[in-house]
Amino acid sequence: MGDHRNEIIQKLMEVVSDSARVLTKMEDLYSFSFDASFGVYRPDIVCQPMATEEVVDIIKIASKYAVPIVARGRGTSLSGGPLPVKGGIVLDFSLWNTKLEIDPDNLVAVVSPGVITSHINDKAGEFGLMYPPDPSSAHVSTIGGNLAENAGGPRGLKYGVTKDYVLGLEIVTADGKVIRTGGKTVKNVTGYDLTKLIVGSEGTLCVITEATLCLVPKPLATKTAMVLFDEIIDSGRAISKVLSAGILPSKMEIMDQHSIIAVEEYAVLGLPIDVEAILLIELDGHPLAIEEEMSRVADACMAVGARHVQVAQDNEEAERLWQARRLVSPAIVRVKPTKISEDATIPRSEIPAMFQRLKEIREKYNVHLVVFGHAGDGNLHPNIIADQRDVEEMSRVEQAVEEIFEAAVQLGGTLSGEHGIGTMKSPFMEMELGEDGLHLMKMVKEAWDPQNILNPGKIFPEPGQRFELRND
Amino acid sequence: MIDEKKLREDLAYDATFSCVQCGYCLPACPTYVSFGKETHSPRGRINLVKLAAEGKISIHDMANPIDLCLGCRACETVCPTNVEYGKILTSAVNVLAEYREKDRSRKEKALRNIVFHKTLTNKKILGLMGKGLYVLQKTKLNKVLRKSKMMKVLPTSMQRMEEATPTVKLPEKRQAVERSQQEQPYLRIGYFPGCVMDTVFANINDLAIKLLEMGGCEVVTIQEQGCCGALQQHSGEKELAIELAKKNIEAFERYQFDYIVNAVGGCGAALVEYHLYFDEQDPWFGRAKRFAEKNKDISVLLAKLELPFQKEVNKVVTYQPSCHLTNVQQVVDDPFHLLEQVQGVTYVPMEKKDMCCGSAGIYNIVHHAESMLVLDDKMKYVKRATPEVIVTTNPGCHLQMLLGLQREGLDDEIEVRHLVEMVAEACGIE
Repeated sequence: MGDHRNEIIQKLMEVVSDSARVLTKMEDLYSFSFDASFGVYRPDIVCQPMATEEVVDIIKIASKYAVPIVARGRGTSLSGGPLPVKGGIVLDFSLWNTKLEIDPDNLVAVVSPGVITSHINDKAGEFGLMYPPDPSSAHVSTIGGNLAENAGGPRGLKYGVTKDYVLGLEIVTADGKVIRTGGKTVKNVTGYDLTKLIVGSEGTLCVITEATLCLVPKPLATKTAMVLFDEIIDSGRAISKVLSAGILPSKMEIMDQHSIIAVEEYAVLGLPIDVEAILLIELDGHPLAIEEEMSRVADACMAVGARHVQVAQDNEEAERLWQARRLVSPAIVRVKPTKISEDATIPRSEIPAMFQRLKEIREKYNVHLVVFGHAGDGNLHPNIIADQRDVEEMSRVEQAVEEIFEAAVQLGGTLSGEHGIGTMKSPFMEMELGEDGLHLMKMVKEAWDPQNILNPGKIFPEPGQRFELRND
Repeated sequence: MIDEKKLREDLAYDATFSCVQCGYCLPACPTYVSFGKETHSPRGRINLVKLAAEGKISIHDMANPIDLCLGCRACETVCPTNVEYGKILTSAVNVLAEYREKDRSRKEKALRNIVFHKTLTNKKILGLMGKGLYVLQKTKLNKVLRKSKMMKVLPTSMQRMEEATPTVKLPEKRQAVERSQQEQPYLRIGYFPGCVMDTVFANINDLAIKLLEMGGCEVVTIQEQGCCGALQQHSGEKELAIELAKKNIEAFERYQFDYIVNAVGGCGAALVEYHLYFDEQDPWFGRAKRFAEKNKDISVLLAKLELPFQKEVNKVVTYQPSCHLTNVQQVVDDPFHLLEQVQGVTYVPMEKKDMCCGSAGIYNIVHHAESMLVLDDKMKYVKRATPEVIVTTNPGCHLQMLLGLQREGLDDEIEVRHLVEMVAEACGIE
């Protein structure tokens, strides 16, 4: 923006009702230059809008000067969604948490974009309702960010992901028009389903200023089991066996042997370190129903060669079992500080095959690869632990990650289950979508944002762009 | 010209790599929540320190966010990857102090010199201040002073703190040498009174000592000990902090105490981290570590002892934990166990009790406006809890709570008490 920066700042201060919400100091700009992925990109200006009219005015100014607009929640993205890779104006929505209304008669919540995800579920809970999407950063992340990235979470297995709970949106388009999509009804086939198109579009089509979310009755109880497997392949078969037995757990999380050992070295919970995998299974529903279902889950697991099934007798014991899963992250980063969390996802039936491929990749590139995460929906979460200061190691990691993407696509899966494409995975888009598929998406983008000011540099690869895990 | 290699070493640059920028620290950070900017979040600060070490921003650019960190270390407790935030913060504070030393105005230097080098480390002056406050308050001269605008020469923040400071009681005479008793005491305790604590809340120290003695401990308050150095450490007066630490380590090495006990969450946090002031190769490291391990908060000891809880204290009570007790000393349960044993107490939980109140050493004096933003957020939750008593474990929090209640006009309805006062009353000690 160079020459016009001061002029733009002046105009922004006029349209944002409190000029303290226009940030221009170096320390502020750099504080909005990163997310939870890689790379540091300093924006030229940061605005913290708290009303739709402010967003409209800001976008009109950006459009006039052809300056990038990058929406940001609380920067927990693992794919680079909120990184201002081309500079411009970052719209920080974290202050705009003013609206969180539950409409119990219609089973919906109406929220402003800066509302924290878990607060929606908490508030819904007061009405005996639940907002199911539960990304692990739900206590930090904003709903706006979740909508932009179409975030998932462990409960995705049974309840689906963010897009499955969005009934309507208020958006501001690239030319500053306010549009409402969908509404408060579950059924709505009037015209194209723009709502679903916008959710997961990573801020490249429009800016979301309000959402109407659908809620479901809150299950009465949950029950947890920990299942041990001598062979990781058997844990994959157990997942299929449980699901085909007509039981849909609310969560099915896996920890492979590497993560089990790391946790035991870190906190001594008494986990057996000679097993290849642990599955944590949570059922929710009526207490009597899940009691009966849990015994069928145990039978299904034992039938495919589980070593042991431990069912938690009360909530406290369940909490202790989940503790193991929670400690994986702190445990594995003790080895090395850089954690590359991938979310390539495959059809459930291919879980055993994917385990095999991951094992080969670990050996081939000699990388510290651990698998833990949402197993039940095929969203395996292979994590590579490395040190970003080690250039040679990082280049092996890059090759390993590339091969993970290839394996996922070859097995009929996808590059990203819930983190988004952002900057990191864009070089692989064509591999999954094909030339024509990618071209169609590009045409959508060009129709919505002809000036290419909305989050430029995301989803679509730049000519010659390579996959890189670097901060510089 | 700034020496980049030296800067990286000085700035705990390597420690910044443990931060994966997940943002889990954001909801736990009082300044992030109150100021509403990533610039004032732990993750934001770590990023700025890293960029400064890499020469991408100047040291000046990170100054304000680092200055405005409360140092409560709540981020460490919630961090899923165990980032050593305290270490990174201290390194940045020290680098800034060094950088500013060069162009600090003489006036400010003189004031800092008086506060850090003279007042806090000089027991005589603090004693006089205590006695002075005592006399002022007894004679109500403080009110005369307030009216006569004498206090107006002090910065507003100091004035407000003065107004909130409770009536000072002089400390009682304490046992200063070990007695060679026939009977072996249950535990031998070295008591660490803390400078501000023993000036403003000397009576609480007295009660703590009586409680320990009631539980069968021998309690000695040795004369050779001095200031813990926490405030100096947090303000980048590194050399002075080290000097004070050495003095205390040496002083206590001459005695055979089972524990060294204090009733000041903030001092306690400094004492248990003395070894971090030294390189592991330094012979002082081992000595400091042995010293650090002996230091315990009063609540840890009182929870161990069998005290005669006999009197009912019929109050609705909430608890405001000291950040440094929770996040650095990791003492969380013992204060609760003690409160539970006090009969008659109705405990009401306060939302976000683990958020700092904004006191943070001398933060509420040097960054008064920001501190008040944090305090206002805290008072919202106090009002929702509607207790009769707020229990604290640190004089800084204690004073800040008093100030908050005064600002809200609640000082007649809600009182602030140290945990020790609650336990003492329940055990029949006046």
